[in-house]
Amino acid sequence: MSMLPVLPLVIPLAAASLSLAAWRRRREQRVLGLVGALLLAVAAGLLLWRTWEEGHLVMQVGSWPAPLGITLVVDLLSATMVAVTALISLAVTVYSLGSVDPSVESFGYYPLLQILVMGVCGAFLTGDLFNLYVWFEVMLMASFVLLALGGRPAQLQGAVKYVVLNLLASTFFLCGVGLLYGMTGTLNLADLARKLPVDDSPPMTTAVGMLLLVAFGIKAAVFPLFFWLPASYHTPASAVSAVFAGLLTKVGVYALLRMFTLVFIHEPGFTHRVILVLAALTMITGVLGAVAQHGMRRILSFHIVSQIGYMVMGLGLFTKTALAATIFYVVHHIMVKTNLFLVAGLVQRACGSEALKEVGGLAQARPALAVLFLVPALSLAGVPPLSGFFAKLGLAREGLARGEYTLVAVALVVGLLTLVSMTKIWNEVFWKAAPPTGRTPVPESTSERWLMMGPATVLALLTVLAGLGAQPLMTLSLHAAEQLMDPAGYTRVVLP
Amino acid sequence: MRELMALMVGGLFAAGVYLLLRRNTVKVVVGISLLSHAANLLIFSTPALVRGQAPLVPHGAALPPAPHADPLPQALILTAIVISLGVLAFAVVLIQRAYLAVGSEELGVREVDEP
Repeated sequence: MSMLPVLPLVIPLAAASLSLAAWRRRREQRVLGLVGALLLAVAAGLLLWRTWEEGHLVMQVGSWPAPLGITLVVDLLSATMVAVTALISLAVTVYSLGSVDPSVESFGYYPLLQILVMGVCGAFLTGDLFNLYVWFEVMLMASFVLLALGGRPAQLQGAVKYVVLNLLASTFFLCGVGLLYGMTGTLNLADLARKLPVDDSPPMTTAVGMLLLVAFGIKAAVFPLFFWLPASYHTPASAVSAVFAGLLTKVGVYALLRMFTLVFIHEPGFTHRVILVLAALTMITGVLGAVAQHGMRRILSFHIVSQIGYMVMGLGLFTKTALAATIFYVVHHIMVKTNLFLVAGLVQRACGSEALKEVGGLAQARPALAVLFLVPALSLAGVPPLSGFFAKLGLAREGLARGEYTLVAVALVVGLLTLVSMTKIWNEVFWKAAPPTGRTPVPESTSERWLMMGPATVLALLTVLAGLGAQPLMTLSLHAAEQLMDPAGYTRVVLP
Repeated sequence: MRELMALMVGGLFAAGVYLLLRRNTVKVVVGISLLSHAANLLIFSTPALVRGQAPLVPHGAALPPAPHADPLPQALILTAIVISLGVLAFAVVLIQRAYLAVGSEELGVREVDEP
């Protein structure tokens, strides 16, 4: 049996443990963080390749057969998500080397980042609902500490809201787990898919589905459960908010995708209709919330919420093409959003602030940075030929084909408003002259600047590539969506 | 027994939600802990509640004799308790630090406004 599926968990764990052993040695921790991220990228690449060849990889940890043992299941969706996670982890680790404050670094920044990535990968790989809960908690614990690391008052206040709402979501999740176990006597996802709905009470199944929708909805920042996100994401170090913006909400989206294509598929007329309505409201509230903000990262945080709406929209439409568009969208969004937050960190360095009224003149002072912002910003708004265009195109076409005209109209208007919002940042940060009352820039060495510009440049190039050559990523998404639309196939490989 | 458990779980949920809606962060954290107890008891009482019948397999048999307590929810709860202990410890330290940094334990009273 191949050990490949467990590697994305073992590598970060090993890197984190070794870093903890080298607690007082900052340089060793930096090296370990980088090596861990590189190895993870290699393992994730291999995993994606093997999954592409074989379709599914299943591993029973400890050799107890499913549904009794701990099952890791890799399908194309999981493998793709792990690959993107590894990419982001590598980009953010390199960026951190140049940007994170030594006082933050010496409180275990790199081990925490590794644990966070392990939690995220675990959530993508597991084939068991209770393990999903545990991986969520691993990820949350690391994110709590990363969010509060540094201890500025604004950070702590943001962290209180983030912690409370996420713990509430975990409680809902746990209740859902308990109820499902009571109904079926199993928590293995494939086994659940086989046993649900329980004959005597389909409404009960749907009710538990809704409970889990709320739990994952909070984690994914879906309307009306998203308030923790814009209250906290603008406060931590820029590298931390970049990795949060890229990965954390997407774990919630992944959990929704998994549960509502595999387990709760018996009443799509109700469940997926609810998801569609939530999608529309999420898009609108997110983009309107951004209008009232005057800080770069605050605006970007609200756009995370509105973009989550698009991903959920594909799930609500519940066809192969729509799911493929969603998967494409998730991959595109993770790269673009991380990139934008990385650029926000660079702007903060260059101007000493990220309040729109205190910054300016960067198009002239730092033209390369201006281009680095422009590419992901236009991609986020869905301007062709960047990756965001194809993601939105797929969703809009499928929406029209299904006759969801209102929803498509909302999606298109929100795309336009996103462009307006990005123009606002562009005007204020890059186009207008530097204000006379501006703050002093943070001093930085050339090597630090390269460490920060490098990952942002690579991610921007990937956005352009994923747009100009969308075919390979689209093919991958289509195959992954095909697997999602075939729950029987999933069940067959896990429980032969 | 089942009805009693249902009432208790319901009461804990109600108390937890009530405390979560307070402004005082200490009460909020107590509310979270009550909610996690409620969730644990809910898991505990989802399978049939059986007293005094350990799931022990006698010699020569493949399964334990028929009404026996289901060990799996208890294992789940044990994991959940450990996790909630860690998380709660973190939350307590966090609100204490937030109190020291901001000078108020009320949510939304002295909001630090950073862009």
